Amino acid sequence: MTRPPLKHTTGSEFTRIYAVGASRGDVVVPNDDIVGPIDSSDEWIQQRTGVITRRRASENLTASAMAIEAAKEAVEKSGVNPSDIDAVIVATISNEVPTPSMAALVADSIGATPAAAYDISAACAGFCYGIAQADALIRAGVARFVVVIGAEKLSDVAEPTDRTISFLLADGAGAVVVGPADEAGISPTVWGSDGSKWESIGMTKTTKQAFTDADTQLPTLRQDGQTVFRWAVWEMAKVAQEALDRAGITSADLAAFIPHQANMRIISEFAKQLEVPDHVVIARDIEDMGNSSAASIPLAMHRVLKEHPELSGGYALIIGFGAGLVYAAQIVRLP
Amino acid sequence: MAQSKDEVLAGLAALVNDETGVPVENVVFGKSFADDLDIDSISMMTIVVNAEEEFGVKIPDDMVSDLKTVDDAVDFIVGAQS
Repeated sequence: MTRPPLKHTTGSEFTRIYAVGASRGDVVVPNDDIVGPIDSSDEWIQQRTGVITRRRASENLTASAMAIEAAKEAVEKSGVNPSDIDAVIVATISNEVPTPSMAALVADSIGATPAAAYDISAACAGFCYGIAQADALIRAGVARFVVVIGAEKLSDVAEPTDRTISFLLADGAGAVVVGPADEAGISPTVWGSDGSKWESIGMTKTTKQAFTDADTQLPTLRQDGQTVFRWAVWEMAKVAQEALDRAGITSADLAAFIPHQANMRIISEFAKQLEVPDHVVIARDIEDMGNSSAASIPLAMHRVLKEHPELSGGYALIIGFGAGLVYAAQIVRLP
Repeated sequence: MAQSKDEVLAGLAALVNDETGVPVENVVFGKSFADDLDIDSISMMTIVVNAEEEFGVKIPDDMVSDLKTVDDAVDFIVGAQS
């Protein structure tokens, strides 16, 4: 029996980010509002994390709603017709239900129907994982345009008495539209995982346990800060350097360095290890945004472009790293 | 190459000074990193990573919390070198 060959697709050789959108939690929470339960001070938090205020969402503002707002801004700025969007990817750990996905709701809300829609769970690396997928989908001809969103409502998993991570956590969403390009606007992705450190960032218990334990308190986030700090700076500096090498550029060619906004001390030490030149703008959105996990990189990118519109068209090193542990890095051309 | 306790102390004091600005003469035996020198956990980890490079030793994550005093750190490094 003869077997006819299957048709296959190939897409644009290159991709780029067309536009970025942002939505931040509607409440500004200063350090003084949260220091009581952790027996701390504004000075203690600022010294260890660089955070002065964080943005959190009020009770009725969901991660999905912020994702939709950010995606709408990105699509509108991009000029792309929503019907040409073939995939919507949401990186999140904040979906209120295990299923259906947040992405399906976002796709419908922005008129991207019947786009493929799915969520990915890669914590603080989620946005860069999404960029890797969008780039690959477009180059493979599986999608013409892809919306990638990082969306979190981490105040839902913050515990007021926790001194390891909760006081950093924030709510918001950032979104980009990725599409075909005439020249490379997204470099090869350097990504991976280290599951041997699975327990270094995670939840206090399973959701099921929360309903069988006597206290019925929902699971919240915890981290082993020292282990994470060492990994996030010295191991991730190697990953960032590899991303630069694979893109064929050096840190001197960057316009901006936009790492996951985990902690100002991590950002500063990271930049030092990478020997980021003085002319490169380093995103420090965490100072008044806090740590919004998967949303932090697109939110920081949105802010960098708002404050430095002249950087449009320049290269930015983006690197996400977090619970898993997982990581991903690329060089992107800023929209 | 194994170094003496005083040599390790001098090198460690320089690393502490570089990271935190604490004068080298304050980094002496008997001092606690947190209580006496006011070194927080993040700075401590930076000092640890730099000490690994400076002294050619490995200091595992789960060991760092045991290094509470200058003596703890110097003893560990000298022991790891030998």
